[in-house]
Amino acid sequence: MITPFLVMPAAAALIWKFSMFDTNIGMVNWLFRTLGLDSVSWSTDHPLASVVIVLTWQFTPFMMLILLAGLQGQSKESLEAAQVDGAGPWRTFTWITLPHLRMYIEIGVLLGSVIILQVFDPIAILTKGTGGTKTLAYLLYERAFIGLDVGQAAAYGVVTVVLTIIVATVALKTLFKVFMAGGSR
Amino acid sequence: MNNKLRGTLISILTWVLVLLFFFPVFWMFINGFKPESLASSVNPKIFFTPVTDGYRLAMDRGMAGYLQNSLTAAVTATVISVVLAIPAAYALSIRRVKNVEGSLSFFISTRFMPLAAVVLPLFMILKTIGLLDNIYMLAIVYGAVNLPVTVWMMRSFLLEVPFEIIEASRVDGAGLFREIVRIVLPLVMPGIAAAALISFIFAWNEYFLSLLLTSSAARTTPPFLASFVDGRGQFLAVLSAAATIAALPVIIAGWVAQKQLVRGLSMGAIK
Repeated sequence: MITPFLVMPAAAALIWKFSMFDTNIGMVNWLFRTLGLDSVSWSTDHPLASVVIVLTWQFTPFMMLILLAGLQGQSKESLEAAQVDGAGPWRTFTWITLPHLRMYIEIGVLLGSVIILQVFDPIAILTKGTGGTKTLAYLLYERAFIGLDVGQAAAYGVVTVVLTIIVATVALKTLFKVFMAGGSR
Repeated sequence: MNNKLRGTLISILTWVLVLLFFFPVFWMFINGFKPESLASSVNPKIFFTPVTDGYRLAMDRGMAGYLQNSLTAAVTATVISVVLAIPAAYALSIRRVKNVEGSLSFFISTRFMPLAAVVLPLFMILKTIGLLDNIYMLAIVYGAVNLPVTVWMMRSFLLEVPFEIIEASRVDGAGLFREIVRIVLPLVMPGIAAAALISFIFAWNEYFLSLLLTSSAARTTPPFLASFVDGRGQFLAVLSAAATIAALPVIIAGWVAQKQLVRGLSMGAIK
């Protein structure tokens, strides 16, 4: 189950592009045809959706592992106590388990967004930045190494740094709260 | 009875989801063993006689060289980041420097910085000193990129070393070096393994920096794979075979060390 996260991102993007999304030989379109739907040219007609699908596929295992660690750390006693007090499964989940998982959800969201904001590989391979899928990383790459406009790319670099500082300041506050709660000495 | 039914339904749903997520990887593996005409056929074939043409063709394209570069870069980067992270983490956990929190913020803020922002100056510098397309230079860059995460991880492991043990060794007259090498390191071996694993996975899978800082001699596997994008004709079997070879080491390492991996990915926040 954790495999998608481990597969080399470049390899994953290629496999999705050709053996899943391809109009003729892709498995997704084979499924569509079997169900009697029209085939869809995913990476050209729905570039944003394609990138989102691939990234979701890649990062769900990551989030799952973090939440799983949280669930394993939950004490049986509090669950039992909730049951004795007459809470059904739904109430137990929303009132006991979810608050317990909060810290883990925060870590997952934080680290996930830091990594995904910098994403480059699936964009370079799947869509080449077409159809509103250009991330800052790809934009900068395109300007500097394809457009050969180093000055403009450097300006994007500065913008990226400023944005990062803003995001990182907020993120670090949360991060420290989470980390220090999790057993500091 | 109703409960049992619901339980069964939930397990079926779980399995369907797991299979759905695993399918692309499975399909990649299967396609690697198909002859090209079958791999690219419009109607997918599940049953076929496996052939190793795909793997042979991938090797014919010189994949071994790229794999070797990847291995060199990943191993060197791992060694660099772990060797530097241990003393840093020691100074941030056991023998505290002033303002630990500030140093930790500084370390991790460099990891928040998108690589895109630093790649341009890095490219210029390397071009000027003539170290573009050098595998050891790439390894040093990877090591530097990994360092913040390894420092954070190592620190979380070092914090768990009981202080009494360290104190006892000091009373017995162990110097700083002996204390680290003889007492602390053996106790945090699992931590070192986790840090090394994360570092290795990152360097092995990295595409962006390798694409820009190398061109031919030092090119690693991910850009080599990406070069299939511009291929003509049928190449799905070769591509699948090459992707399988490239992805396999990390997949296996991840399966074996799943627990360490979780701790590493969360930079030590989750035990």
